[in-house]
Amino acid sequence: MKHIRPTLLQVLVHAGGIIPLVILAFQYYSNDLGANPILELEHRTGRLALLFLVLSLACTPLSIVSGSKEPIKRRKALGLYGALYAFTHFAIFVSLDYGFDPGLIFAELTRRPLIIVGAVALLILIPLTITSTKFWFQKLGPNWKRLHRLVYILSPLVIIHYFMVVKGNLFRLQGNYQQPMIYAGLVIILLILRIPAVKNVFLRKINPDNDSPENS
Amino acid sequence: MTKTYQKDSIDPAEITPKEVYLSRRNFIRSTGLIAGSMVLAACVPAMPSDSSKPTAGPTPTIGLTDELGNPVTPYDQVTSYNNYYEFTTDKENVKPLAKDFQTSPWEVEVFGMVNKPKKYNFDELIKTFKPEDRIYRMRCVEAWSMVIPWVGFPISRLLEEVAPTSDAKFVRFETIMRPDEMPGLSDKNYPWPYQEGLRLDEAMNDLAIFATGLYGGELPAQNGGGIRVVVPWKYGFKSSKAIIKIELVSERPDTMWNTLAPNEYGFYANVNPNVNHPRWFQNTERRIGETGRRKTLMYNGYEDQVAYLYDGMDLTVSY
Repeated sequence: MKHIRPTLLQVLVHAGGIIPLVILAFQYYSNDLGANPILELEHRTGRLALLFLVLSLACTPLSIVSGSKEPIKRRKALGLYGALYAFTHFAIFVSLDYGFDPGLIFAELTRRPLIIVGAVALLILIPLTITSTKFWFQKLGPNWKRLHRLVYILSPLVIIHYFMVVKGNLFRLQGNYQQPMIYAGLVIILLILRIPAVKNVFLRKINPDNDSPENS
Repeated sequence: MTKTYQKDSIDPAEITPKEVYLSRRNFIRSTGLIAGSMVLAACVPAMPSDSSKPTAGPTPTIGLTDELGNPVTPYDQVTSYNNYYEFTTDKENVKPLAKDFQTSPWEVEVFGMVNKPKKYNFDELIKTFKPEDRIYRMRCVEAWSMVIPWVGFPISRLLEEVAPTSDAKFVRFETIMRPDEMPGLSDKNYPWPYQEGLRLDEAMNDLAIFATGLYGGELPAQNGGGIRVVVPWKYGFKSSKAIIKIELVSERPDTMWNTLAPNEYGFYANVNPNVNHPRWFQNTERRIGETGRRKTLMYNGYEDQVAYLYDGMDLTVSY
């Protein structure tokens, strides 16, 4: 049976995924992104990619806690919007920022820690994005789940990438670390919830009946 | 022409009336808009009229360039994209936060190892040291840059008048602290006041100026008014804003960013495409208003005038 009527959460996910991109394109073309529009594009697409990554990580715990399958059904779309913003982030870096200059881009990708960390995260994201379809889910069988556990490596890399871009001194906490700190906290919590012991003891206690096969 | 800066006053023929300038900008905006997005163009609301009119008669100019032929960065961008942590770390938000900052009256105290210590008010500085137009590239350590038509006078003129003693080796600049007007000062993570410094011979170089205005008009608060330092061959953080104290000292002074993160921000902070910041490259920069990147020039393009200051120094150590 196919759902014709989209759920409220479904509508919110797609609106939340598409509207920021439309706003960003609109602001860019109407010259409304401030004096350094390219940097603003990079920062905003990067933050949106991270936001959707965190939201996609929150789906499974939310489903367990709420006992509803609805959050986990939205996980794929959230992950793909995260990928959309991540690839847009990279595309802006390569095109508007570095003007497709192969020498400069190669040097950045191989020698600059900030960019290396981001590039590794992006490389991990590629197979995750490609195998997000039903076809690959069925074809890979149990390996699909193993492959997609790479998100547990990807997420910390994205957080590190975010911290590295901030100007200041992390060890003395001098600088604008509030936002990266918030995201780091969220990612850490969401990853801890996936440690089997924690998941079983804590989350199942909240909702002992729920045993979603898609939990991961 | 071997001149390295715009010494003469601007030829009146080069100055475009403000209306023409503004309409040209709107024209560029709207054509860029159409070229950029035919699809979106239909939904674009009418362009808001330009409300950011300069207050004290700067002369917006087109066709004005630095000595390398780089066009000056538009006034709006120069005055709305500022690193000024006393107000906020958000560059786009300095201008609104600084709108009530009083830049007049302004007083600067010169003291320390000088034979003739003196307090100058703004008018005395103008009268005594006769500011001139200087178009300089400004390269931020964050790898963006602008070309700014300053009005200012060489630091050397002031130093000659106060006559440093033979013990004086460094100049220390101190920025004003007005917590009521500068909300960023409440962030105690920074060792306020903002302090910067130069070696005395660096300060004596003719390129190093105290800026008292920009674009032929007054120096807006967000750009460092009352008066500020401009050292164009160094990263922007060396050019401290809103100076109230100038002290001649014998030891290298503690400077803000160098104190915070010495491995990232050196005392010298000379623009150098070959010495990278630990977290980003310095070989390219984004000129505000352009897409793509420019190659960063050694000493920001002022090598001929300043390289002698660093003869024999290892620039990878003294960065």
